[in-house]
Amino acid sequence: MKRYAITTAEIDLNQLVEQVKNPYAGAVCTFIGTVREMTRGKRTLYLEYEAYVEMAERKLEQVGQEIQQKYERAEVAIVHRIGRLEIEDAAVAIAVATPHRPEAFAACRYAIDRIKEIVPIWKKEHWEDGSFWVGDQLETTPYLEGKPNV
Amino acid sequence: MLKISLFAGLAERTGKREVDIPIEQPVTVNELRTTLSRQFPEAGDAFHTSMVAVNQEYAGEDDRIVPSDEVAFIPPLSGG
Repeated sequence: MKRYAITTAEIDLNQLVEQVKNPYAGAVCTFIGTVREMTRGKRTLYLEYEAYVEMAERKLEQVGQEIQQKYERAEVAIVHRIGRLEIEDAAVAIAVATPHRPEAFAACRYAIDRIKEIVPIWKKEHWEDGSFWVGDQLETTPYLEGKPNV
Repeated sequence: MLKISLFAGLAERTGKREVDIPIEQPVTVNELRTTLSRQFPEAGDAFHTSMVAVNQEYAGEDDRIVPSDEVAFIPPLSGG
């Protein structure tokens, strides 16, 4: 299994942990991003994720490499799921192993923040009264300098 | 012929996931935005508010594109 993957299959967190754990590690920190039903009082029925798959996997790998440059002996695995996802499904999972826990927590957080910034993946919200590509039009966070900070 | 991939809201608004543009000379990212905006008025300013990736790397406005490049318009991201 690839360390940095886009998949249509259900995410198995244990597989990610298996990929990163190693004898130098004293900590493995994991993060799972899940499909939320209620957002500011509005009910989501399901989400649809789409990716520019090849580039997305390369950019996930870039996130991992950035972490390895920041934190010595860090091992990283990231999987993002695409397609139709139901409430409570895992959309993204990250596992980071480092020698000590502060670096594992920090790196895990860095990974999810960076994914949102540079990895070409989009989600479409489906509500009872319509649907909407997040990032499109008004709810978007516009790029301040014309492009993400790559 | 230059092949351009479209995603998410941009694919939906234009009704296309891939667009072919006949070019023989290199064009800049910015020129390509203008060409596509004219060709797809239904996309509004989406070709201008998207990022452009050339060969799977984010490109700058003045970067040159040749017909053999892999080009994609990347609307604002919403992964995670």
